[in-house]
Amino acid sequence: MNLHGVWAIYRFEMARAIRTIWQSLITPVITTSLYFIVFGAAIGSRMTEVDGVAYGAFIVPGLIMLSLFTQSIFNASFGIFFPKFIGTIYELLSAPISPVETVIGYVGAAATKSIVLGLVILATAACFVPIRIDHPLWMAAFLVLIASTFCLFGFIIGVWGKNFEQIQFIPMLIVTPLTFLGGAFYSVNMLGEPWRTITLFNPVVYLISGFRWSFYSTSDVAVGVSLGATLAFFFICLAIVAWMFRTGYRLKT
Amino acid sequence: MDAIISIRNLRKTYASGVQALKPVDLDIRRGEIFALLGPNGAGKTTMISIICGIVRASGGSVTVDGFDIVRDYRETRRRIGLVPQELHTDAFEKVEATVSFSRGLYGRAPDRAHIEKVLRDLTLWDKRKARMLELSGGMKRRVMIAKALSHEPEILFLDEPTAGVDVELRRDMWALVRQLRASGVTIILTTHYIEEAEEMADRVGVINNGELIVVEEKNALMKKLGKKELTLELAEPIHAIPPELGEWNVAIAADGHELKYVYDGMAERTGIPSLLSRMRDLGIGFKDLRTRQSSLEDIFVSLVHEQRSAP
Repeated sequence: MNLHGVWAIYRFEMARAIRTIWQSLITPVITTSLYFIVFGAAIGSRMTEVDGVAYGAFIVPGLIMLSLFTQSIFNASFGIFFPKFIGTIYELLSAPISPVETVIGYVGAAATKSIVLGLVILATAACFVPIRIDHPLWMAAFLVLIASTFCLFGFIIGVWGKNFEQIQFIPMLIVTPLTFLGGAFYSVNMLGEPWRTITLFNPVVYLISGFRWSFYSTSDVAVGVSLGATLAFFFICLAIVAWMFRTGYRLKT
Repeated sequence: MDAIISIRNLRKTYASGVQALKPVDLDIRRGEIFALLGPNGAGKTTMISIICGIVRASGGSVTVDGFDIVRDYRETRRRIGLVPQELHTDAFEKVEATVSFSRGLYGRAPDRAHIEKVLRDLTLWDKRKARMLELSGGMKRRVMIAKALSHEPEILFLDEPTAGVDVELRRDMWALVRQLRASGVTIILTTHYIEEAEEMADRVGVINNGELIVVEEKNALMKKLGKKELTLELAEPIHAIPPELGEWNVAIAADGHELKYVYDGMAERTGIPSLLSRMRDLGIGFKDLRTRQSSLEDIFVSLVHEQRSAP
């Protein structure tokens, strides 16, 4: 196992984030505050409780997920796309490092950033509304698992993408809408049929629901189903990454 | 012969259908400087990229120090340092950080003393805190070499190391290559600057259209294929070669001010004395004369040309 290699990639990726630390941290703090002003104050005043939880507090897990999804994809896709784009990938391809080690380095660093981001949003939210975490271990487990899954997904997009437009396409035009429609700011049970059933086809519903359950013990779908869906998504991404390395897909000619 | 790299029947056809390497066999000896010569697009970079793991071979095998490059890639790759042709650098990275990163990536524990030595050898020590974007092209090239040497490789690939490099850096690089060779590192350099191979190499391989045309000791190659050329600076210009000189292979040059005679320097009879005496008889005087051994460049051009004109 080339642990020095994994550590080198991890440190390199973290250094890139630390160079832009203020952007990386101030942006989510400001964005979260804005969401609270708009959703919490304006809408929350008309909609006091969802599933017995104050509306302002209810949206916190969804808000964290929204940033976690997009930032995980963005960080991980950029991490591998950038060396491809500027050509420094030659070094990675010619190094004595296995695909698994490469993924641990890149996805590990991206996931670390996402988890820190999630915790910063949580801390910011705690300044606005009282937050309760009923199952802290499950909360941590969902946070780590979902961050890793979306970082793997981002890694796939980074390898697949041929230009910056393609890299931004999926997080902006697919994941963000699915998150908004997947119960980030409301309970799926508030929807009438057929919209409720249609919404259950949105995979993001299961992720948000499971994460929210770890906070308030209330969920749109059973927590076991959420966990199963998250794990399934994780393993699908892992399988695609394994296939990419085996075939050299868009990495080697 | 102790081969550190053995290439057998190596082939590469790209998805586009371009056949970059026809079956190639080659052994690189431990500790030598091997120059791979060829025009652009001959397959030099493809061959190096396959050995280093950047490009997949379509067939054949390569072993490095007895290890297969696919099955035992960890063993082969940690022995190899690669300086690619293009200056691929991360603009915001600092020199020392990027060189240390390379060492880690190649699985070596941090060693500041070694990194310092590499940076000093390449006169980069003063620039160690500089970001890549602040460096000149020549400095970036030095950083690329430092990265390739960061993990103390036994084999160094230099792909077109002096393309677009100034005289000073070229001389420094040659000195460094000699120093590395003295310490036992095997060096494979590709180039289309023949003088580089002529100056540095122990052996030369000429590659064209994905085929190795010749592999030979440099000196033997130059002797075997080398021609000599006699240039006579004429007292009075002539406009046509007199028929009496027809039996020598002479040509008019410099608008009739020079006569050139190409001969085989290794032959017992060069034909020079008889040519000069015939010229005296004809009253063709000359002011000066010089001879020149044909360079590797001439040999290379004629080899490549020969192959092109062959059916």
